[in-house]
Amino acid sequence: MSTTEMPPFLDAALPVPVEETGWLADLRQAGLDIYKRKGLPTPKVEAWKYTNLGGLAKTEFKPAALDVTVAADKLPLAAALSLDALALVFVNGRFDPAVSDLGALPKGLRVESLSKVLQAEPALVEPLLGKLATREDLPLAALNTGLLTDGLFVRLAKGVTLDKALHVVSVASGGSSAAAFHPRNLIVLEEGAKATIVESHVGLPDFPTFENSVTEVTLGEGAELKHYRLLNGPDTSYHVGVTLADVAAKARYESFALAIGGALTRNEVRVVLSGEGAHGVVNGSYAVHGGQHVDNTVLVDHAVPRATSSQLFKGVLDGTGKAVFQGKVLVRRDAQETDAQQLHKALLLSRGAEVDTKPELEIYADDVKCSHGATVGEMDAEQLFYLMARGIDEETALALLVEAFVEDVVHEISDEVVREAFIRKVRDWQTGREKAVWSE
Amino acid sequence: MAATDTTVDTVREVTEQYKYGFVTDIESDMAPKGLSEDIVRFISAKKEEPEWMLEFRLRAYRHWLTLKEPDWAKVKYPPIDYQDTYYYAAPKKKDGPASLDEVDADLLETYKKLGIPIQEQEILAGVVAVDAVFDSVSVATTYKKKLASMGVIFGSISEAIKEHPELVKKYLGSVVPYSDNYFATLNCAVFTDGSFVFVPKGLRCPMELSTYFRINEKNTGQFERTLIVCEEGAYVSYLEGCTAPQRDENQLHAAVVELVALDDAEIKYSTVQNWYPGDKNGKGGIYNFVTKRALCKGKNSKVSWTQVETGSAVTWKYPSCILQGDNSSGEFYSVAITNNAQQADTGTKMIHLGKNTRSRIISKGIAAGKSDQTYRGLVRMQGKAEGARNFTQCDSLLVGDKCGAHTVPYIESRNPTAQVEHEATTSRISEEQLFYCMQRGLNEESAVALIVNGFCKEVLQTLPMEFAVEAQKLVGISLEGSVG
Repeated sequence: MSTTEMPPFLDAALPVPVEETGWLADLRQAGLDIYKRKGLPTPKVEAWKYTNLGGLAKTEFKPAALDVTVAADKLPLAAALSLDALALVFVNGRFDPAVSDLGALPKGLRVESLSKVLQAEPALVEPLLGKLATREDLPLAALNTGLLTDGLFVRLAKGVTLDKALHVVSVASGGSSAAAFHPRNLIVLEEGAKATIVESHVGLPDFPTFENSVTEVTLGEGAELKHYRLLNGPDTSYHVGVTLADVAAKARYESFALAIGGALTRNEVRVVLSGEGAHGVVNGSYAVHGGQHVDNTVLVDHAVPRATSSQLFKGVLDGTGKAVFQGKVLVRRDAQETDAQQLHKALLLSRGAEVDTKPELEIYADDVKCSHGATVGEMDAEQLFYLMARGIDEETALALLVEAFVEDVVHEISDEVVREAFIRKVRDWQTGREKAVWSE
Repeated sequence: MAATDTTVDTVREVTEQYKYGFVTDIESDMAPKGLSEDIVRFISAKKEEPEWMLEFRLRAYRHWLTLKEPDWAKVKYPPIDYQDTYYYAAPKKKDGPASLDEVDADLLETYKKLGIPIQEQEILAGVVAVDAVFDSVSVATTYKKKLASMGVIFGSISEAIKEHPELVKKYLGSVVPYSDNYFATLNCAVFTDGSFVFVPKGLRCPMELSTYFRINEKNTGQFERTLIVCEEGAYVSYLEGCTAPQRDENQLHAAVVELVALDDAEIKYSTVQNWYPGDKNGKGGIYNFVTKRALCKGKNSKVSWTQVETGSAVTWKYPSCILQGDNSSGEFYSVAITNNAQQADTGTKMIHLGKNTRSRIISKGIAAGKSDQTYRGLVRMQGKAEGARNFTQCDSLLVGDKCGAHTVPYIESRNPTAQVEHEATTSRISEEQLFYCMQRGLNEESAVALIVNGFCKEVLQTLPMEFAVEAQKLVGISLEGSVG
């Protein structure tokens, strides 16, 4: 195959990882094979019907240089969440210990860069890496597998509860050209372990960046992971990320994503409830303006009886922004007594904005309670009137209602510290938005 | 083109013969097996169609050759060999049973439950009783005369092509173009018959029009084509299809229905579809691949689709509305019941183009046995659909743990003043409901039928009276054997 026929992101010289063990080389090859077969998804692929990566394919991305570092005072931390947490900074997917602040790790917690683990103790990750993400229907995750070099590795021992959240700040920076990088994260919570992991995806607006991340989460029996994500890159950033979680019996996986920045963001979450009594929460809110594009794609797979799940997404669209919500609940043949709920609500503020929703149910068991709902519309005139009748001017009233709409889902975050951090972020965003309105 | 000329000659002979009597040798009334340009010409010639109609068919056929059979629906069936089908079949089955004694006892039992008179049972089972057919024909004709005196044109589409070419030419393919989709394109090339209804300006058609008699008359084949046009301010209620089980082989039905409603016009289209669903193991049965679409062209126009789908082995059907005129509205009420190995992928599309357009979708799916059912729908609010509204409710009921119910709605909105609401639930019949019914002396089967009827009530009550009664009975019948 000549280089011109190669799908994007493969034609440039690949950074060759050193001293790879056999299984990793095989895994890499399996990933590359899938990606070469499937290529970059187009809107003809059902799962990508509403998100077009054409613009991404046209930009000439180079693999992010390994030596790009960002000085501590140049880090776009204002865009990230601010909270008291163990902080790790990744620049273009590579762990940067110089600007990270882990302090003394609590007992039972291992937090390391994946590259380090791959070099020192590959046997530790071998049974987990790629187990959830190597799939024909995830070509970009397969590309990640093919090119993975670094990312986050977290392992929490049996029964350990983490008091402080772990905050991962992922900074995208082109350096001297448009750059693509493929972070790979692996999170393992053993039986009964409990943790909160927060991700802030931010970047420097110097050159276009493409972050193609894959996170594989394995929760043991009774484990509990609160997994929150802020997607707030600059207007030059593209983010396509997939998180795959395997949730054992009585374990609980709670996820929330707030998407407010970036040119194109796809937040894909796949949760497999593989043990009885497992519980999955996949929530999110988003706000798009200008020509932004946000895509939330969720699959909750009820593989066993008596598991429960819920999905709640709310979003606001302004300018010519576009939002996509595709949420699917799959209830397998034997998954009796499943309870699965799903709701998506979108608010259109302007002409030219577009929202596409596909809430899907695929059900093979009869003793289930499943429902989904979706609404799209403009701001409720009655609510607006009610506020204005109390002397609040229209602009302020509208701003209040928009904030309330976006914030609504944030209030579902069960970790209080993180919830506050997200609420501050929504308010910041709103202030910025008002400024932009005034300056127009 | 010698071959074609020969074919045309043969056809002419055959047609002439056919004119002299209803009882014709079956062989001579069939086109050779397979599909080719010659077959398309054969059909067109057989129907003595004008040149433009043949052109229409050929254009469709040539386009069809470039298409691939769609595979996105959630249905599985062995590949269809399009060369192994007769595209022009005789009205009479070659090896039909000679008397009711030879007909499947199960089938007769079903007829009895539906309360169908014995003579009609014979027709439906394929025992052609010529008298009965003639009766039907005369009945149809009486109505036709009465309607014609008011200006309503109601007849077969083949007649209409000959008698009202200007109308057919104007509207045929205007809602479902020849290039629309694989099955619709195939239909354009080879359709053999169907209905044509034209209601002139300002007229409210005084009676419900039905294909029931006419189908007996013509024994319409696998590729029906229906076209209904309502001019300004006109109204028509149209009932389609077989209300009784049709005994048939594993056969492909690829019909196209087009509705056009001009300013202030209203069309109500009701279907009770109960084609043969195949046996308990999924052997045989109809492949029902239908394209139905309405164009609400004029302002304030209204189209309402109501369907009760209980038959067919595989259903692929999405009656849709294009709401083009301002203030136009579209409705879709559907009950789909699948049992045994049936598969149904059905739903609707509501495309809102005009201002203040309204649509309402109520879909009730009941899956039993080993069947699989999918609701697939699209609601699209285009940029100019100011103040448009949609409400969608799709509920699924599962009876047994071997079946599947799926919901795949697509909601696309490009206008901030448009409002879309979608709700869906999936559940099973609650033990409590069942207990209460049985505690009052109903057996389990009747209790389930009663509860399911209640579940479907919203849809069933939109059917015209006589249909509603039959539909309720059908609900019970199609779920038979699914409990206990």
